[in-house]
Amino acid sequence: MVVTHEPPSDLAVSNGGLRRFLHGLPGVDHVGADARAAALATRSIKTTAKAFALDLAVRTIDLTTLEGQDTPGKVRAMAAKARRPDPSDPSCPPVAAVCVYGDLVAVAADALRGSDVHIASVATAFPSGRAPLDVKLADVKAAVAAGADEIDMVIDRGAFLAGHYLEVHDEIVATKQACGAAHLKVILETAELATYDNVRRASWLAMLAGADFIKTSTGKVSPAATLPVTLVMLEAVRDFRDQTGRLVGVKAAGGIRTAKDAIRYLVLVNETVGDDWLTPDGFRLGASTLLNDLLMQRQRLATGHYAGPDYFTLD
Amino acid sequence: MFEYAPAPESRSIVDIHPSYGLFVDGDFVDPEDGVRFKTVNPATEEVLAEVVAAGPRDVDRAVAAARAAHETRWSTLPGRERAKYLYRLARIVQERSRELAVLESIDNGKPIRESRDVDLPLVAAHFFYYAGWADKLGYAGFGPDPRPLGVAGQVIPWNFPLLMLAWKLAPALACGNTVVLKPAETTPLTALAFAEICQQADLPPGVVNIVTGAGETGRTLVEHPGIDKVAFTGSTEVGRQIARSVAGTTKKVTLELGGKAANVVFDDAPLDQAIEGIVNGIFFNQGHVCCAGSRLLVQESIADDLLDQLKRRLATLRLGDPLDKNTDVGAINSSEQLQRIRLLSDIGEQEGAERWSAPCELPDRGFWFPPTVFTGVTQAHRIAREEVFGPVLSVLTFRTPAEAVEKANNTPYGLSAGVWTEKGSRILWMAQRLRAGVVWANTFNRFDPSSPFGGYKESGYGREGGRHGLEAYLDV
Repeated sequence: MVVTHEPPSDLAVSNGGLRRFLHGLPGVDHVGADARAAALATRSIKTTAKAFALDLAVRTIDLTTLEGQDTPGKVRAMAAKARRPDPSDPSCPPVAAVCVYGDLVAVAADALRGSDVHIASVATAFPSGRAPLDVKLADVKAAVAAGADEIDMVIDRGAFLAGHYLEVHDEIVATKQACGAAHLKVILETAELATYDNVRRASWLAMLAGADFIKTSTGKVSPAATLPVTLVMLEAVRDFRDQTGRLVGVKAAGGIRTAKDAIRYLVLVNETVGDDWLTPDGFRLGASTLLNDLLMQRQRLATGHYAGPDYFTLD
Repeated sequence: MFEYAPAPESRSIVDIHPSYGLFVDGDFVDPEDGVRFKTVNPATEEVLAEVVAAGPRDVDRAVAAARAAHETRWSTLPGRERAKYLYRLARIVQERSRELAVLESIDNGKPIRESRDVDLPLVAAHFFYYAGWADKLGYAGFGPDPRPLGVAGQVIPWNFPLLMLAWKLAPALACGNTVVLKPAETTPLTALAFAEICQQADLPPGVVNIVTGAGETGRTLVEHPGIDKVAFTGSTEVGRQIARSVAGTTKKVTLELGGKAANVVFDDAPLDQAIEGIVNGIFFNQGHVCCAGSRLLVQESIADDLLDQLKRRLATLRLGDPLDKNTDVGAINSSEQLQRIRLLSDIGEQEGAERWSAPCELPDRGFWFPPTVFTGVTQAHRIAREEVFGPVLSVLTFRTPAEAVEKANNTPYGLSAGVWTEKGSRILWMAQRLRAGVVWANTFNRFDPSSPFGGYKESGYGREGGRHGLEAYLDV
């Protein structure tokens, strides 16, 4: 297979070593990456392919609410939606996970007992990550103790942009340890990293530190997920698997609101990394309003008619 | 498995007549001494229509119409009035772009994604661009009031039928010339549709005349004593014949001929984008591109990795129905061209290069060739020297920048080149030394009407596009 930049085993012992490796990765040409993502966005997904993609999109959703006004009632309603997104259609699959703030994990765990829907919690002083490390780790441990089996952490963008790669790395390692058996998604907050070169480096840094998933955004900074950023991250997980054999997932989160958008992301996954990532273990869409558009399109495909928005539950 | 269901563009939007005449003096006319022949869909071998191979008397008639239009109408029209017609043509092309894209894909075999997203937008852009020049010729650097040449005889190829028509017609008309244009024999239909657009735009009769036919018609046109200017895009072999036939006449000539472009990838290149650039360089339009990046020169230290990645990428290319919106690689334009591609590929194998083709199923009917990569190619191989004009990439390696330049320039051609590196100074260093009309940096096969295009050495002479493209149609 392709071995361009094999990470040395003792890479993460010094900031200099990490810097040399990350800055030795092939660059990303901004114009070229945008052009490739735009070209793939013109794929025309129809009939049976559309049906497959819509169901896959539902299955890969992390149904998310991350608001100051979240309440137990809101989370319970969302959990019910996560289990049975379309009450009128038993063939509709459940979503992959619900994603909430740490203090509402217990409510979500209670509401989802007995289902296969995972419970994801944002942690590590989400969304800014501006807190002392022990506070961040306590945040993680509390969420795991309350029943979260997936943790969405944020990296310290300030440290990354200052070139303190080892600090970012070690924080991810510590968070991974605090997670125990829970899966760790590492949010890069790509809008704040600004360049695609940085996105590629941060992706590698997170993977080297043990991330199970790398995730584009918190959804709190604009732009959140974009197709080219997701493309660059997909290329990183592809190359990482070539070199280490380990499959790291990708989560695109924020700003994905329509079925058409979701299908574009799935096409990107399909043509960049292929089948192995076309599962909830390899790819996730972090979204909320997206789900109802997917359900409308599913029903439209099955019946030939659009039902009005009142026929889909608002949660 | 995420399999894409067929997503064909509807062809009901196009109305192909069973038979076409010649477009002379604003009307479709029956031939006087021409004979009829058939044009086929290269993806299915279905006969699309009958067209005329214009004879000498037909060409005479077209040239006479163009001369009359030049003298009585077009050359005396103020530039701003000519511009109005060009803007009108551009807008009608835009309005009818879906129809023209479908027709182009049917007649040429290129994927609808390309005809829709590349060819047609560029066709309209070219007319818009030169419409802007029509009333500003005095400021183009060719004197205060540069005059047109007269009647231009233009012969275009089959790889970008409508785009090459735009490249030829737009500057000619903007400068005040009238035109007799001959489209390629395998792809006459969009030129004939454009003739209808000329009628729709109320273009004065005789300003644009379109005579269909094969090489013989082209020769008659080029050698016709009534024309002042020859513009040809096509093979170097035919270009030589044209250069000989106009020698000793007062005709001005521009030739845009073959190429064997080097696409040079350094070890510090943005690799994923370089892979896309290589794919776009040689598999865009089935490799039927005179400036195609048909020689990949890759730095030896990354050659194995890059080839692994390239092959993985090529395995995702979707070959098939040109009208399917998800098709990446369409049909080879003609059975003759397919024979040539097969012949040169077989020779490549016999000469010891290693052949690899993307694993894709070829349709039973029509003319098809899978995306193919030859490794272990050296400068001495014929596939490294001769233009294949098909989806065939020859991979060579180099060790140093100087060796890359030496190998890139070691060809009788000089139309284009590509350089892939993250180092800006190296891009400039290479661009100064590559003997090619276009040097693309970290991209390939990008076109814009404002950018001049043309070749060194056997790739031809004269420039098309940009301010430079005006010179070929002005008496300067």
